[in-house]
Amino acid sequence: MKPILNIDNITMKFGSLVANENVSFTIHDNEIVSLIGPNGAGKTTLFNCITGFYKPFSGKVTYMDKDITGWTSYDVCKLGITRTFQIVKTLKEMTVEENIMTGAFLHTKKRIESQKIAEEVMELTDLTRKKNIKGGSLTIVDKKRVEIARALATRPKILMLDECMAGLNQTEIKDVMNLCLKLKDSGLSLLIVEHIMEAIMPISDNIVVLNAGKKIAEGPPEEIVDNDEVIKAYLGDKYHAKSKKH
Amino acid sequence: MVKNIRSLIILIVAIAILPLIFKSDSFHNVLVLLLIFATLGEAWNIITGFAGQTSFGHAAFFGIGAYASSVLFYRFNISPWIGMFVGAIFAAGVAAIISYPCFRLKDSYFAIATLAVAEIIKQLFVSWDFVEGATGISLPIVDDSLWHMQFNSSKLPYLYLALGLFAIVIFICNFIENSKIGFYLKAIRESHEVAESIGINTTNYKTYAMVISAALSAFAGTLYAQYILYIDPFMLFTLDMSIKIVLLTVLGGIGNIYGPIIGAAILIPLSETTRIVLGGTGSGIDLMIFGVLVILVACFQPKGIIGLVQKIVNNIKKQKVGEGKVETNS
Repeated sequence: MKPILNIDNITMKFGSLVANENVSFTIHDNEIVSLIGPNGAGKTTLFNCITGFYKPFSGKVTYMDKDITGWTSYDVCKLGITRTFQIVKTLKEMTVEENIMTGAFLHTKKRIESQKIAEEVMELTDLTRKKNIKGGSLTIVDKKRVEIARALATRPKILMLDECMAGLNQTEIKDVMNLCLKLKDSGLSLLIVEHIMEAIMPISDNIVVLNAGKKIAEGPPEEIVDNDEVIKAYLGDKYHAKSKKH
Repeated sequence: MVKNIRSLIILIVAIAILPLIFKSDSFHNVLVLLLIFATLGEAWNIITGFAGQTSFGHAAFFGIGAYASSVLFYRFNISPWIGMFVGAIFAAGVAAIISYPCFRLKDSYFAIATLAVAEIIKQLFVSWDFVEGATGISLPIVDDSLWHMQFNSSKLPYLYLALGLFAIVIFICNFIENSKIGFYLKAIRESHEVAESIGINTTNYKTYAMVISAALSAFAGTLYAQYILYIDPFMLFTLDMSIKIVLLTVLGGIGNIYGPIIGAAILIPLSETTRIVLGGTGSGIDLMIFGVLVILVACFQPKGIIGLVQKIVNNIKKQKVGEGKVETNS
């Protein structure tokens, strides 16, 4: 597997608040990488730094040997990295189909072609039946689906999902998990920020754990569940069963 | 899209037939002004209705269009047809220069900048001797001719010119709405961040929208100047003019291509009638009535009259579907 996105020592500060401190990891071709950590660990900030919504204070983001640090978000997207938002931002006045077509217009000027791409994506994300409903009147699950579908329509190489499972029930989470695996099979790499461990552990190839802006662990799921630092970060020192034993 | 084009053609043919049925000059006068303002509304709709960037300075582009053709004709005897395009190019240039830096900022800065720019341009024209300053330009009267865009014996040619321009503009709007740029502009209106995240260079697209909108407004300006045959800065560049464009589109339905024509069809006859009935003493009454209408729309149906119509149509459709279901059940 060859590395395609390399995050190298990213530091992001807001005034004196350090949101990310020297975070580094690599995403390889055809891989699902998950970014986990307690609330306020700096996951979304890191997302914003990679996708150009923030310009990192220091550090480097490289995509296929190209330095994309501080690029504008639309240029990052044109290159092949598309993100979704934690707080869903469906285009309310547009129908599901139009929402997705807007994404599909990235690589085509023709309406018919973008419609075709939208149809494919809607088939994949199970939205075909709802294509004429306005974005504003969808349920939360469908809004999240549209969010993913719109990002997919831009034909990314790396798809970045920011808490796309939060607020969903068990079956819906299963659906999203299957979708993630399907996307991986089709050749995409995914970077997922998520809190739901049951969902994230089975599908991830690699997990990066952030706490208070720093990377505290990285490795395959089996290693992460046993990692002392990670358990401490989630449960606190006091309730850390293993540390009591020692 | 095809359905849209068909209803647009029906609308235009209907307006074309109207003046042949009602032959009074004052009706023709109202219709010409109505079409010019509807055209302005359509142009404004591109930047504000589609792209969601409020412009309070469209009078500036309207005025630039009027002045460009008038000055060229008055000073150099160049046909207004050429002046029309010169005006459009100037207006587009000014739009590009003011909007590109403003669009890099977020929220309402653009609205404030347009307001200021319109005022600056007005002051420039007031004290600019080459364009006769505050006295304004009285266009030299020539024989009726299409080349000079002057018809003194009848208002009908003006009417059909205005209708032609309106038709062109409304088809441009329809094309924009259904093509890539329209989708992008709407995405920008709905969410700036989403637009950027799916690869839309928001600054560029907003600037394109502004440039197109300004050029179309300038076309309407030339036609207006040729119709009135007299222009001065105080009738063209005022805030009144900008606000009128805004209000009539908001009343008719912002972001909808039928909105401006509906709004203009209410505002222009209203202001012409109050002007005829009340004369100078009643100036402003039309805007008072119109203001009340706009407040009502803003409170009860933010999508304007066209939104109200759509709601009623949808309700009727739903009722029909409901009845159909009852029948199949029984």
